[in-house]
Amino acid sequence: MNTEDTADLEQAFQIRIDKEEKIEPKDWMPGEYRRNLIRQISQHAHSEVIGMQPEGNWLTRAPTLRRKAVLLAKVQDEGGHGLYLYSSAETLGVSRAEMIEALQSGKAKYASIFNYPTLSWADIGAIGWLVDGAAIVNQISLQRTSYGPYARAMVRICKEESFHQRQGYEIMLSLSRGNQAQREMAQDALNRWWWPSLMMFGPHDADSAHSAKSMRWKIKRETNDDLRQKFVDQSVPQIDVLKLEYPDPELKWNENRGHYDFGELDWDEFYAVIKGDGHCNRERIQHHVKAHEEGEWVRDALKAYDAKKKARHAA
Amino acid sequence: MSTEKLELFEVFIRSKRGLDHRHVGSLHAEDHQQALEYARDCYTRRSEGVSLWVVKSADIVASQEDDAESFYDPMDDKPYRHATYYQLPKEVDNM
Repeated sequence: MNTEDTADLEQAFQIRIDKEEKIEPKDWMPGEYRRNLIRQISQHAHSEVIGMQPEGNWLTRAPTLRRKAVLLAKVQDEGGHGLYLYSSAETLGVSRAEMIEALQSGKAKYASIFNYPTLSWADIGAIGWLVDGAAIVNQISLQRTSYGPYARAMVRICKEESFHQRQGYEIMLSLSRGNQAQREMAQDALNRWWWPSLMMFGPHDADSAHSAKSMRWKIKRETNDDLRQKFVDQSVPQIDVLKLEYPDPELKWNENRGHYDFGELDWDEFYAVIKGDGHCNRERIQHHVKAHEEGEWVRDALKAYDAKKKARHAA
Repeated sequence: MSTEKLELFEVFIRSKRGLDHRHVGSLHAEDHQQALEYARDCYTRRSEGVSLWVVKSADIVASQEDDAESFYDPMDDKPYRHATYYQLPKEVDNM
């Protein structure tokens, strides 16, 4: 194909995007759009799957059978969401095996928040409320992303995720209305999960490597900073209902802006965790590799059974 | 040529970009290409879609509704998978 043809295709592609039409798997698309999407969707899928670990840590120690059943259902959902997203990325021509390899070798990233440890039961409350809360703000926005299969996966995920945040908040509510020790546990979890939750929206717009192009291609629909502000605005009244102290002394309503002001994030910590120096980076990947390797015999058995059936069929 | 010898294909239409393909019906055809053209002639005479899928009916594996009770058990006794299960104060109930 000569460059003139490519220019025409690129123009037609951008016109389609500008008209708010979705791009579907068999459409022509710029190579960089495809690569950008594969990076973002696979990263999103990895986050769902790795995100099962910090919560899974409390499955055997949930305080009641009801809490255990709820947590189990939530962790199960996250695995399902990983699957929806991997399948959506596969429509772009990347294989599941390549994506898993990129995750395990450290080439692909996942949400850095899952590299923080879950130290107490209250962390399970804070994760559902804040981490899923932040994820939902981002995912609601992504329901309008320009790539059809990704947008449809987001619709499905948002619908299923509505219970995740509510069950987390319910845990926080019980603890904050409990005894002194329980209230302290809730406060401690809020203090530790607040900042990493704000970091989930990524760097400031000015420092975001992929933002401008992703916005023009409507892969992303709202900027990191706008989404972060939206999350802060919705979360502060929820802290008030819990009667907990603000985790940030600079958090206060700004009448002029019509938004809450908040303190600056610790970006050194953000980049350190992304680079691999969080509390649990190594553990998360080691566990993923171990689970993957321990599942080998199941995959082998499936293949052997399939071969046996085919042989019998042929005979 | 008897139509009984022809393969049965199921037809799916994407009515608009961004939406899933939806099953609309089936038809007989010699092969995939012919099925696609027949589907165009039969199912999109009024511009019902922007994209068609044809799939050999024999390639579809379906669960049986009669087995639904045991097949889907025990999904029904997990009300906590629904958002409405959690009672929250009204100030935060829009969560």
